[in-house]
Amino acid sequence: MDRKTLKIALIGHIDHGKSTLLGRLLLATNSLTKGKIAQIKKISKKLGKDTDLAFLTDQLEEEREGNLTIDTTQVFLKTAKHNYIFIDNPGHFQFIKNMLTGTTQAEAAILVIDINQGLMEQTRRHSEIIRMLGINKTIVVLNKMDLVNYSEQKFIQTESTAREFLKTLGINPDFIIPISAKNGLNIAKKSFKMRWYKGQHLLNILDSLKLNTQSEKKPLRLPIQDVLETAEEKIIIGKVISGIVRKGQEVIILPALKKTTLDSILIFKQPNRTKAKSGECIGLTLKDSLLAKRGDIIVENLNLPQLTYRIKGNILWMIEQPLTPGITLTLRCATQEIQCIVEKIKRKINSATLEISPLDKQELKQNEIGIVELKTKNILVAEKFNFIEELGRFILVQNNKVCACGIITDIL
Amino acid sequence: MNHLDELENKTIYIIREAYACYRKTALLWSMGKDSTTLLWITRKAFFGQIPFPIIHIDTSFKFKQMYEFRDKLAKEWKLNLIISKNTDALKKKVDPKNGMFECCTALKTEALKQTLKKYAFNALLLAIRRDEHGIRAKERHFSPRDTGFNWNYQDQPAELWNFYKTNCVQGEHLRIHPLLHWTELDVWKYIRRESIPIVNLYLSINNKRYRSIGCDPCCQPMDSKAKSITKIIQELEITKVAERNGRCQDKENDYTMQKLRSLGYM
Repeated sequence: MDRKTLKIALIGHIDHGKSTLLGRLLLATNSLTKGKIAQIKKISKKLGKDTDLAFLTDQLEEEREGNLTIDTTQVFLKTAKHNYIFIDNPGHFQFIKNMLTGTTQAEAAILVIDINQGLMEQTRRHSEIIRMLGINKTIVVLNKMDLVNYSEQKFIQTESTAREFLKTLGINPDFIIPISAKNGLNIAKKSFKMRWYKGQHLLNILDSLKLNTQSEKKPLRLPIQDVLETAEEKIIIGKVISGIVRKGQEVIILPALKKTTLDSILIFKQPNRTKAKSGECIGLTLKDSLLAKRGDIIVENLNLPQLTYRIKGNILWMIEQPLTPGITLTLRCATQEIQCIVEKIKRKINSATLEISPLDKQELKQNEIGIVELKTKNILVAEKFNFIEELGRFILVQNNKVCACGIITDIL
Repeated sequence: MNHLDELENKTIYIIREAYACYRKTALLWSMGKDSTTLLWITRKAFFGQIPFPIIHIDTSFKFKQMYEFRDKLAKEWKLNLIISKNTDALKKKVDPKNGMFECCTALKTEALKQTLKKYAFNALLLAIRRDEHGIRAKERHFSPRDTGFNWNYQDQPAELWNFYKTNCVQGEHLRIHPLLHWTELDVWKYIRRESIPIVNLYLSINNKRYRSIGCDPCCQPMDSKAKSITKIIQELEITKVAERNGRCQDKENDYTMQKLRSLGYM
């Protein structure tokens, strides 16, 4: 049987225990190689600390000495049921770009909250980020229960605050679990110290998660990555991001709206392929010698995506210099790269308080999330994020540097 | 789509993205299982005809079987093979006995620098994986190196969804890691499924086999009875020994790999 591989991001405020939880999960699933714990013990001792499970993933010398996670890490582990990729993330404000690098690869998230501290700034910001990225499977763990004497009352109190806060974001956490990552309680085994907790332990809950994507049932979208010219033919290459592509099918190449017919579907050593589905990287040849290039999108002749010059979206601004209207940036959406101007910054969402505030000043500062309107210089082929994700998400680039990521909420 | 198909498609996407954005690309092949798998998938990505050169960084300390394997496949797959050696260092008899860190740096990192300069490549495909080593787990799929080959691991660029870095400034080059998301077990299962040829050092002879191969003096075989790929897979399903346990350069010091890599090592 083919096992599912689930990609799960660990998010939350600095020092709330994300890396320690991951270390604990590695230990609990018996995923560590021989000598690894001895090595961690040795390094911890050298730095004058108790054995620090976070060192299993905080690999950089600077991370261990500074006691923090700087960059995102991915760790593989398996249970009886699934394979997992856990994506650890830094909790610091300065490292949001690394947190985004990790979290944009995830399908679900575990929000780690220190029961003693409750909701902190990065707890709120990270929650807002996963909502923006469309990750809607969320598990909350209230960590460090050992520090509050396993108090049910304290748990109920924080649980209700967390639930209330997440509700304002439209996130309905699937589970809220009291744990102690450091002591391994309610991670892979129910803890006797918290008999009042009637739910399951974390690993059981993870094993029961169901994620589904059904992009095959959506209309065909195939952004062109490149065109390879061999002596005999021109091969268009790209990934089918939604729908199914069939040999002999009539398609349209956007944005030029050129109609053509697919002559063949090319996959190495599979000469009899007549169709390919969402997720497959393929080659195509056309019946005629139409020009096609990187950035064009091949679609079926019904249900066309929108061709537009203006979009509205939610973005997270990532660089130090604030975003102000009128700035020209490069917008990348699927394989499209188009110059755009930021026309309006409509509102911003204060990640710390989550108030959607009218702007006192038309600008977004680093790590702020806002609603913006963008105007492109050329036609953009776009979809709303909640319809076809890969044509509904984008990044903004300036001087070779990613300065924002966003999702399209409206096509104007 | 099953798990191996998903991994393969993501890898093909990355390889094609590399070539689409950087025509001056090359693939680094060490004849190990990972880079041979990368080579295999790269052939698939380009329908059998890889449009760029394959580089072998030859330290001259490789196993005899690896050289034979290289020459056989290069011919069979019609590879445009560049064999790159740091001849000055070899003349000076640089040797792992006089310090592994220095030897790796001279015969691998330096040799690579020379080749990159000579051919003006600005993108290199490499078969490293996240699960091999904690420091590699921090890598990006598209990872820039500055003119001095340094890896600024403390301030890596954001890499969001599948938007990879599509250009670089003069003098910089990109390390592109299409197998970053694979595990050792994934690689072996894929080798079995696709019948990819491998160097026979991986298979057990007299109850010893190599789990990771590189230079002869710096690799230790492990106890193993696995004489077939299926047996290797069974062995790895239950092993608790780290993959690179037999590789000396990982063990010199807790942070040797971090230092080697920050200076441009693979």
